[in-house]
Amino acid sequence: MKKTLKRSNAPIFWALFGAGGMLSALLGPILVFITGLAVPLGMLLPADTMSYANMLTFAQNIIGKGFIFAIISLFLWHAAHRIFHSLHDVGIHAGIVAKLIFYGGAMVGTLITAYTLLAIGF
Amino acid sequence: MSENQRIIEIEVLRYNPETDKEPSKQVFEVPFTDDMSVLQGVQYIKDYLDGSLSFRWSCRMAICGSCGMMINGEPSLSCETFLRDYYPARVRVEALAHFPIEKDLVINMEGFIEKLESIQPYIIPKEERTLAQGEYLQTPAQLASYEQFSSCINCMLCYAACPQFGLNAEFIGPAAMALLHRYNIDSRDAGKAERMELVNSEEGVFNCTAVGYCSEVCPKHVDPANAVNQNKTNSAADYFLRFLTPKGGAK
Amino acid sequence: MNKRRPYVRPMAGWWRKNPFFVEYMIHEGTALFVAAYALILLTGLVYLSRGEAAWNVWLEGLKNPWYIAFHWLTLAAMCYHTYTWFKIMPRTMPPVIVGGKRLPDFAITGSGLAVAATASLAMLGLVWGMAR
Repeated sequence: MKKTLKRSNAPIFWALFGAGGMLSALLGPILVFITGLAVPLGMLLPADTMSYANMLTFAQNIIGKGFIFAIISLFLWHAAHRIFHSLHDVGIHAGIVAKLIFYGGAMVGTLITAYTLLAIGF
Repeated sequence: MSENQRIIEIEVLRYNPETDKEPSKQVFEVPFTDDMSVLQGVQYIKDYLDGSLSFRWSCRMAICGSCGMMINGEPSLSCETFLRDYYPARVRVEALAHFPIEKDLVINMEGFIEKLESIQPYIIPKEERTLAQGEYLQTPAQLASYEQFSSCINCMLCYAACPQFGLNAEFIGPAAMALLHRYNIDSRDAGKAERMELVNSEEGVFNCTAVGYCSEVCPKHVDPANAVNQNKTNSAADYFLRFLTPKGGAK
Repeated sequence: MNKRRPYVRPMAGWWRKNPFFVEYMIHEGTALFVAAYALILLTGLVYLSRGEAAWNVWLEGLKNPWYIAFHWLTLAAMCYHTYTWFKIMPRTMPPVIVGGKRLPDFAITGSGLAVAATASLAMLGLVWGMAR
């Protein structure tokens, strides 16, 4: 072949997409059920499951911080990669601007999560 | 031989580069029997109704890979697709999707051939081997590991199935990756590093979004999606670990 | 004189023409719900950092019928994501040989779904245990 090949940087985003996809596949449904349905509707779980005291303790714990960070950040990276490629699929080839919006957005979300978790303290 | 002389409608997307601005549909009434394939239907049209109809075919037994076309919107080998399964509905026949149409059902496959050539589809040995050393020995298990990927008949149904190839004709695509993978995992081959550059490139495996339709339509059950997606892992490993190896990984 | 004039067909609307592709777009679309849910959690985290009063406002907000309906929809989308994720997994893995035989696709998908179910129950149990 005559043309020079350029190495793609896709592996970075693909790896994040894969990690986020696996995490959301394993725990996505149950987390949605717990935080969005069970607790607000008072089903199955104690009424004060997500009380301020409980959630603060969880978020101040190093493992809790890790869990919250992984969920929010990886879900965002997974979605950013998938939505960006879906745009391409439906004919919207917005190139670098779209990349900045989606991957940039995931990065911003990641940074806000990290900052807020640190601000909450130990 | 069945005595039913039923008529089925075959609608063909026609295109003559010398006279047509764009393709157009033409319906033919074709008498058929239960044993007739769509290929035979199209051959009937050429023999008795319109000699100008152009299409590729050869073995008529699903091994040469020549007769691929879109049948009711699905990439199929016309020699193993049967008119009886569509009757009394009309059968829509069109050239293989995602390729430029040269004429009628004949597509331009030059890009595909170039891709096959580009992946170095031959054993690249670890070291020079003399005749005196004799043949390579390979266990049944070693053969089994790559055999399915060696079954490709280059029919291009997988390219017609792949929307990412449709959207980006530079994408290396399923069959070329299946062939590449076939050589990489052959115990006699040592050329994986040389082939990685193509895999890692912007035209490489990361164009794939795991639609999986390529493997659905493959008449030989090669599972090209598997070849592509296994190599995403290989490529990512190469990307992240390249600074650790002495040679710095593939380019 | 070269008489060739290859015709390139447009790709517009490709995914609407084949049920296989329609399903593909749907399962890709679950990512919108993954993003939305992550943003809901992120909002909650920010409210949490602002103290008890703010947190309780967010918590009460979850009881809004629109949010409840949205979470039912998101739950369905997440479940579909889980199912389709493990359905495509056999295509992404090298052959898994168990006892000399290659594991069939349904075994890989089934194992994945089983792990998801187990992980979900474990998470539910963990949360219930921590809240008691």
